[in-house]
Amino acid sequence: MNEVGRNLSRLDGGEKVSGRAAYVADLYRPGMLHGAILKSPHAHARIVSYDTSAALQLPGVACVLTGEDVSGGKFGPFIKDEHVLAKGKVRFAGEAVCIVAAEDEETARRATQLIDVTYDELPAVLSPKEAMAEGAPLVHEDNAANFRVFETKCGGNLAWECYFSEGDVDSAWATCDVIVENEFETQAQAHVAIEPCGALVEVDAHGRLSIWSANQSVFRVQANVCDALGLPMSRIRCVTPRVGGGFGNKMEMHVQGMTAALALATGRAVKMVLTREEDFELVRLRHPYKMRVRTGARGDGMLIAREVEAIIDCGAYGDDSPGVMGFSLWMARGPYRIANFRSLGRLYYTNKLRFGAFRGFGNPQVTFATETQLDEIAARLGIDPFDLRERNAVRAGDTWVGGAPIHSDGFVKCLNSARRASHWERRHQLVAAPSRRRALGMACTAHICGLLATGAIVRLLEDGTVVLNTGAVDIGQGSDTVLPQICADALRIPVERVALASPDTDGSPFNWGTTASRVTYMAGRAVLGAADAVINKIKEHAAEMLECGVSDLELREGGRVGIVGVPQKEVSFQDVSLRAHWAVGGPIIGADSLIYNKPTIDPKRTVVSGLPFPQIGVFSFNAVVCDVEIDEATGKATVLEAWSACDIGKAINPMSVEGQIQGGFVQGLGFALFEEMVWDGPRIVNPSLMDYKIATTLDVPDRIHPLLIEDPEPDGPFGAKGIGEIPICSVAPAIANGIAAATSVRLRKLPLTPERILTAILEHPTAE
Amino acid sequence: MNGEQIVTLAVNGRQRSVRTTPMTTLLTVLRDQLFLTGAKRGCNQGVCGACTILVDDQPVRGCLSLAINLVGRAITTVEGLTQQGEFKPIQQAFQEGGAVQCGFCTSGVLISTWALLRQNPRPSADQVRLALSGNLCRCSGYIKIIEAVCRAGERSRHE
Repeated sequence: MNEVGRNLSRLDGGEKVSGRAAYVADLYRPGMLHGAILKSPHAHARIVSYDTSAALQLPGVACVLTGEDVSGGKFGPFIKDEHVLAKGKVRFAGEAVCIVAAEDEETARRATQLIDVTYDELPAVLSPKEAMAEGAPLVHEDNAANFRVFETKCGGNLAWECYFSEGDVDSAWATCDVIVENEFETQAQAHVAIEPCGALVEVDAHGRLSIWSANQSVFRVQANVCDALGLPMSRIRCVTPRVGGGFGNKMEMHVQGMTAALALATGRAVKMVLTREEDFELVRLRHPYKMRVRTGARGDGMLIAREVEAIIDCGAYGDDSPGVMGFSLWMARGPYRIANFRSLGRLYYTNKLRFGAFRGFGNPQVTFATETQLDEIAARLGIDPFDLRERNAVRAGDTWVGGAPIHSDGFVKCLNSARRASHWERRHQLVAAPSRRRALGMACTAHICGLLATGAIVRLLEDGTVVLNTGAVDIGQGSDTVLPQICADALRIPVERVALASPDTDGSPFNWGTTASRVTYMAGRAVLGAADAVINKIKEHAAEMLECGVSDLELREGGRVGIVGVPQKEVSFQDVSLRAHWAVGGPIIGADSLIYNKPTIDPKRTVVSGLPFPQIGVFSFNAVVCDVEIDEATGKATVLEAWSACDIGKAINPMSVEGQIQGGFVQGLGFALFEEMVWDGPRIVNPSLMDYKIATTLDVPDRIHPLLIEDPEPDGPFGAKGIGEIPICSVAPAIANGIAAATSVRLRKLPLTPERILTAILEHPTAE
Repeated sequence: MNGEQIVTLAVNGRQRSVRTTPMTTLLTVLRDQLFLTGAKRGCNQGVCGACTILVDDQPVRGCLSLAINLVGRAITTVEGLTQQGEFKPIQQAFQEGGAVQCGFCTSGVLISTWALLRQNPRPSADQVRLALSGNLCRCSGYIKIIEAVCRAGERSRHE
């Protein structure tokens, strides 16, 4: 029986439906203290003094730490610009200023209110526009001196600049018959994993720290905490409980460093779990983008040139912002053959909560703009939106911006599938209910899944069962099921015989993280490599046991190896493993590790500066169609039904792939229609689930059809590639294009709220 | 602690003595004293539904319910759905139907579903949507959850 391609129920499903799955908040240690945070009330202020005496006198308080008490350095994935606690000054309202550990959570929180911090308020910069102004207050006085992992232009409040150019954009405009140029704006979106961020840290007798936390990579937790506290990596062990959703917010640091500092200071276990309000106010959000985009095409619909200029709000700290910006600028050409392409982005520090990784990594922002423009070009030229895209679609053998190879014809297949399944041809005959308008809208995108390093270890136990260890954290997407499926299929054993080791920096091979849609593709490849190594060793034993050559052997279903053509001549994995453990050769362990090493950019064809990812690739594709209805009285847009065709190479677990597509769609629906983090001056005004709305069962279409396109990726595990992020990326433009088709109004600012839609309709009652 | 007293609560069919103050919530008692951590704290203000608990036959928010008011009531948590290691059809339907991703909302969704199916063993999809509209999920897009509830309704009808 093949394990790959099967709708296997989640292997962690049983513990989750029985309530036994343990997340970080569910862990308790003997004598455990509880941590709490004092947040900054100011967006920008110098810290003059601290008075912690009253807090320390509160019975039950074990420790109070300020920014002056925490030694260590600065951390950050691209720019090392952040301390665990504000040091010298605060840079956004909500920033952690002091932390307390106490016998219970209530006491810890009460103690934070007894801390007296004297601030000297500074003028704040609250938008990129303010940040780039002449003489603007500096968010980081030492900006240019901070360590950066790649070279870029920076200084003042400019945190990073990134630029791509290929072809000859300036000359190309003259050959275009139609050019559209517009400004677009997207909003800050909150991740809202239902599990708030948290950590539990315990110090052992040797002073070594064990860190459990809500995370997307135990290895990133380890690296960040070591940077932040100035500890060698060997002193920190990071492990993972179950993780209650992570959409980018749990990839880099949240409270692990603070919790570790309290544990070190007290010598006791400390647990710190954020409230929902804190989770909104002090972790990270999706970047708001302001973009100017210009796209030109010939009369026959061939796309000739595109130029994108983006101004991006970094927030107070670099976090993943340079990566997000660089990636989005690189994706902004879309999955089309556009020979002349240029994109430029500038990232500015502001006195706001940091912006960082969020599913799609900048791609949803640029895709909203670029796919809106393709719809406008199609309308101007009288070409069907699907036809326009198909004429320009990238195909196997083409390259991405910079020269990264495309191995798949999946994009054209996505277009055909979404077009057929949605019955696109009926779009002019749709019947709308009274006082409603209705239309189909579509949009497309591409994404990557090949990035950075990963490893896998497969061990054959004495009885012939297997332990798989990859260090990849399952954040809910299903890798704890998919990776064992890959392993079991490779070894031709039932998945029940594969145990999965929980990620542990002491025992697991490195895995950069559950991010960038990469686990199935990257970790899957490592699992196959490790399984192959085990198979080779098993065969070496079997050859000696059966007195034949290794090349005469075949792997048989159910954990056996036998001589080809001689059914009765075979040994079981157990026979082999017992021999290895007790007589000859030693225990059988297979390991593999790899790093994605295909260069992103060929410098002979593309001019680039400030590139944050020198090696990235492996493209997946997507086409979305939405049946959109607009209420003429209220302006409210509703998606009645949706189709999302995703090219995933091979679905290792089709049911899980469908779950990713539907879940990604709905997160994209929220981004498109109603989610927005709002500031009033320096403060976020809606840091609660009452005021920040995410989709409920009543907001989603009755049917979201996942359409799985399986165009195998040559080096993917069983042909598979990533699915995590791509389903969110083109939802907003598909809805916006549907609204435009239904009402003739174009909205270029997200979210597409009833107010904005209604106002636009009223302002343009006879548009087009 | 001020006003602390010991009360007895009927949790999953067992009498359990717990320490409460007039302000102690059911969620805190269940999680921090009885270590029944299936109910989750997602927002602590009654919006997300991850702490949904059955009191008699009504789904309530554990984070908004004061423990001291629940003496003499039958409290059922997600842990109480599994009896002698046997999953209820609804638990099976969730597991087999891809309705569980990260699992953090699952306990609350299951309790809301359980309450719905006791009142209405074969709900329509719209009735399911209404009954689960107070349970937030950020992973699934709800589609497979709604399908699983409808399927469990079908299944229990045939049993």
